Amino acid sequence: MHIPDGYLSPQTYIPLYGVSVAFWAVALRKIKKELSHKHIPYLAMAAAFSFLIMMFNIPVPGGTTGHAVGAGIIAILLGPWAAVLAVSVVLIIQAIIFGDGGITAIGANCFNMAVVMPFVSYWIFRLIKGKNNEGPRFYLAAFFAGHIGLSVAAVLTGVEFGIQPLIAAGPDGVPLYAPYPLSIAVPAMAIEHLAIFGIMEGLVTAMILKYFMKNESESVFAARETL
Amino acid sequence: MTKFQKKLWIGLIVMALLSPIGVYLPEKLGAGEAWGEWGADALEKILGYVPEGMKKIADIWKAPVPDYNFGGESASMETKIISYIVSALIGIGSVAISVYVIARLTRRHEK
Repeated sequence: MHIPDGYLSPQTYIPLYGVSVAFWAVALRKIKKELSHKHIPYLAMAAAFSFLIMMFNIPVPGGTTGHAVGAGIIAILLGPWAAVLAVSVVLIIQAIIFGDGGITAIGANCFNMAVVMPFVSYWIFRLIKGKNNEGPRFYLAAFFAGHIGLSVAAVLTGVEFGIQPLIAAGPDGVPLYAPYPLSIAVPAMAIEHLAIFGIMEGLVTAMILKYFMKNESESVFAARETL
Repeated sequence: MTKFQKKLWIGLIVMALLSPIGVYLPEKLGAGEAWGEWGADALEKILGYVPEGMKKIADIWKAPVPDYNFGGESASMETKIISYIVSALIGIGSVAISVYVIARLTRRHEK
């Protein structure tokens, strides 16, 4: 889901840079206010975890690969704004050092995986779990938080790819950037993430939440906060 | 560092050591690039051309360790596996330190 350089037109990647920068600014303020000192080491570990989980490429035999992102579990454990910061830092370092995701696409990739994904995951989690802080419904909520969060991010990525031929084609109608229309890009991104990579994301989210509830339940943001 | 945090860090290091699964399995099973992440030459094979705008931006940045691989495109699987582990360790170190420093900086006025 890491959009490389050259797939997005400037009229797409520049505004998305703007949006991501705005979210980073708010995230820093929120973290200052809402994240206590003792949670800072967890935030650092969360970023490390997200970096690692994205290295576990899951193959579709004979086809493509994909991976989980970890933004959902970070949002549940530390809050969505903390996830914005942790996953953004990961995506920026992946782009600069490892060429995973483009430099021009940092704004877009952060918007998809570090802004939209953690918030969608967080809301889905709260919505499904209701008042439950244990039991099957609680962990089912975590599974769908990861699964749906990743899938929504993938669909959004597909939309960003798919609008390129509409907004940036040469005089002869040949696409200048990502060449596939919405009717191909969106289903391609949606199906593989809903059916395969999202399952991985969901399982990882539920399992890690279970581990934290067993060992340090008092520090789980989404179970602690009462709204 | 609490005992629980130490345990988590050990888990993360173990993940880093296991990370080559993410490069070995796809190659074994013949899985290619992620959808929409093809390089220019791969795209030329699929499409028959490289989009004009893409040509201009695609190589705007030369990453020091492209694809988590120190050995270049023709590297052996052994090189790729070792590169992957080293990249994982560099990666988790750099993101953890960056995030830690940023989070601490947000409260520099609180002393």
